[in-house]
Amino acid sequence: MDNSKQVKHLYARAAFGIDYHQLQEQRNWSAKKVLKRLFKDSEPIQTLTAVTENIDLNPLPKEAGEEARKAQQEKRNQQEKALNNAWMNQLSTTNAQLREKLTLFWHNHFACNIGNYYYQQQLNNIMRTHALGNFKTLLTGVSQSPAMLNFLNNQQNSKAHPNENFARELMELFTLGRGHYTEQDIKESARAFTGWAYNGKNGEFNFRPGNHDDKPKTFMGKTGNFCGEDIIDMILANKQTAKYMSTKLYRYLVNETPDETHVNQMTDVFYNANYELKPLLEFVFTSDWFYEDKNIGNLIKSPVELLVDLNRRFHIKYENPDVLIQFQRTLGQVLFRPPNVAGWPGGKNWIDSSSLMYRMKIPSTILNAGVIDFAGKATPEDEAYLASQRKQQFNVIKRVQANADWNTFLQGIPIKVPREEVATYLLEPPINARITAEITKATDIKNMVIQLVSTPEYQLC
Amino acid sequence: MKRRDFLRNSTLASGAFLIPAFLKPFEALAKDALTGHKNLVIIQLSGGNDGLNTIVPFGSDVYYQKRKTIAIPNTEIIKLNDMQGLNPNLAALQEIYDQGWMSIINSVGYPNPDRSHFRSMDIWQTASDANEFLSTGWIGRYLDSNCQSCQNPYTAIEVDDTLSLAMKGQKMKGIAVQDPNKLFQTTREPFFKDLVNGPTDDHLHEDNLGYLYKTMIETYSSADYIQKTSKTYNVVAPYPSTGLGNQLKSVSKFINSGLDTRIYYVSLGGFDTHVGQQNQQGRQLKIYADAVAAFVKDLKQTSKLDDTMIMTFSEFGRRVEQNASNGTDHGTANNVFLFGGKLAKAGIYNDAPDLQNLENGDLKYKVDFRDVYATLLNKWLEVDNGSILNKNFAGLDLV
Repeated sequence: MDNSKQVKHLYARAAFGIDYHQLQEQRNWSAKKVLKRLFKDSEPIQTLTAVTENIDLNPLPKEAGEEARKAQQEKRNQQEKALNNAWMNQLSTTNAQLREKLTLFWHNHFACNIGNYYYQQQLNNIMRTHALGNFKTLLTGVSQSPAMLNFLNNQQNSKAHPNENFARELMELFTLGRGHYTEQDIKESARAFTGWAYNGKNGEFNFRPGNHDDKPKTFMGKTGNFCGEDIIDMILANKQTAKYMSTKLYRYLVNETPDETHVNQMTDVFYNANYELKPLLEFVFTSDWFYEDKNIGNLIKSPVELLVDLNRRFHIKYENPDVLIQFQRTLGQVLFRPPNVAGWPGGKNWIDSSSLMYRMKIPSTILNAGVIDFAGKATPEDEAYLASQRKQQFNVIKRVQANADWNTFLQGIPIKVPREEVATYLLEPPINARITAEITKATDIKNMVIQLVSTPEYQLC
Repeated sequence: MKRRDFLRNSTLASGAFLIPAFLKPFEALAKDALTGHKNLVIIQLSGGNDGLNTIVPFGSDVYYQKRKTIAIPNTEIIKLNDMQGLNPNLAALQEIYDQGWMSIINSVGYPNPDRSHFRSMDIWQTASDANEFLSTGWIGRYLDSNCQSCQNPYTAIEVDDTLSLAMKGQKMKGIAVQDPNKLFQTTREPFFKDLVNGPTDDHLHEDNLGYLYKTMIETYSSADYIQKTSKTYNVVAPYPSTGLGNQLKSVSKFINSGLDTRIYYVSLGGFDTHVGQQNQQGRQLKIYADAVAAFVKDLKQTSKLDDTMIMTFSEFGRRVEQNASNGTDHGTANNVFLFGGKLAKAGIYNDAPDLQNLENGDLKYKVDFRDVYATLLNKWLEVDNGSILNKNFAGLDLV
């Protein structure tokens, strides 16, 4: 039994790819056994601890001068970088891949963009802790986090003047999806969430009874003296929430185009398991349909997934990790900086004219000082370009300051392995005529590998 | 137009894809040369700009009653008539308005408005009904319509790193170019050229992989054209050094270098003002007005203002009554601005929003946004709007 295609696919979707030697080790395992391993590896919860100070707890005095403000902003910038680097590093090295893969999913689902990185880190750790646990626990934790209370203005949601922002996004983006609630439901539930706030002095969740509207509300046809927890319970009792979440997970893990039958199966599993995530994930990753050809090599990697994939395969060490933030910016996905409350739209939206070119150029920038060695016929114009690139080679190395561990990578691949097999290992979609032509032409295995990770095919997982 | 300019313009406009200009009948050539360089520049304000604090209805008592702490004081408003005036942060637009280069359309929206940012933005970008989901944008469908100059992705350029849904059609899409030179450098890798010209097979028809290859091939050829053409012109007019200022400066470069582009798209965010609106919105409005004023004056100087139409929209306006955090929540109808040297009706196009007659605290729309699009498509870009907007809209008497 050779399951290598299935094992590779599972690692591409439930993790961030698989090492060549790991693939050899597990190629005869059943999907069930591989999945058990992935869950076991993800048992440890390694929280991020890069940000140690909550700057907002010691606000600058009103009379603080320009210098002090600048210094404060600089501190914030440093915290942002530290947090970004810490997570990129964890994504690129952790063994708890399934946990991080889902944390990345929640990071986009519960998108939050605020300038307090202490709260951002706390929210990220809430997601990591419950990434594979219970959705209700996760949802409640997120909704009561200072980060989200701040971002969706529930801090300003008061009895006298409700602010509807949190209530609206809770239903539209976090649970039911558009079209499954009314404007009246938003207004009424916003009243139920009055009083949900955090303490500005210690940064902890702090329900304020005096600010809570305890008059009866009518929500989804029921009337009662509802509080925030009641609203969440009612939203989860509505099976539409299980369906909305199943659809979103299907699009993240299986295929951008939802298959109604499969999503309905997932919905039943999730709803009947009281929103426990593990049974749902097990169901998806052991279903026959998950391994159908149309679901293999057809998802577009997010920029972070692309960078993490490169980091993991080539064991890259960055002397100046800020380069990774630069790459995230160029490709359109900076961790902790989603464009708005809906997060990054993903899929084909990752790709346009310029982002695709950068995606294809970045591997050679990291792995080979910006040069894609090319054995085909070059025109005089190309030659001039190549010459100018080689002259700049030193500069590029200095700028990116990245070291790939080629030895480890190449040692993992036995010398006699046919080129096509290396290509099959690196690329998820089936090998086609263009790829075959390129791998035949490449001068040596290292150049071939750089070329392979610079193709449109490598953008897919 | 002099004959020499004629020939030069028509060569630029047609490229290698059309019949050589000298083989065309004179009338066709004349029309082509005269209309081929009409530009439409779209500026999107993201986050739902509060239109009532932008074009302020100071003549209405209701405005001051409902906005006790965030209303713009009467004395600060730049009055345009006895009902409406400009937010003081839009001061830079006063001169533009006085010159007859600005038109304000009030109460633009659509039936059954959706107050979600994402859905409303989708509706504006795809030109769909509120209950209809389209996966193509209205500019993308314009490209799909095979208009005479629509064969190339650079017919529509978004000055940004990524492409909005508005710019994506079924077969064609626009191109995102923040920096033409950087895009060009990246595409010139010989290996990429090899991939572009490599053997084809069936895999390339599959959805995502096919999409990637198609994008790569189109980018490869467009980057070359945009870089080579745009570097022939340097913008001399002063622009504010803001993001939007820089983007509009790039658009000026593109327009003035004679790029065969019909539509430019830029956006400015930061208008989601639930809390402490006055400062936040004021800052953004100033960035907007200063950049647009610089752009309009620049185009006037280079004689391109008559060939340019600029439209500004936001996905919705805000609720009439302020909330308790000195902000406003998501609302419905909003104003749309047009700028250009050839406006049929400059000034305020229609009545100020009716603050007495609301629906659940929100403005009722009077003009369907697709009537604005239809006007631009029919009268400015000279294509039949019905096939692009999926139904016929009468349009307005604006252009």
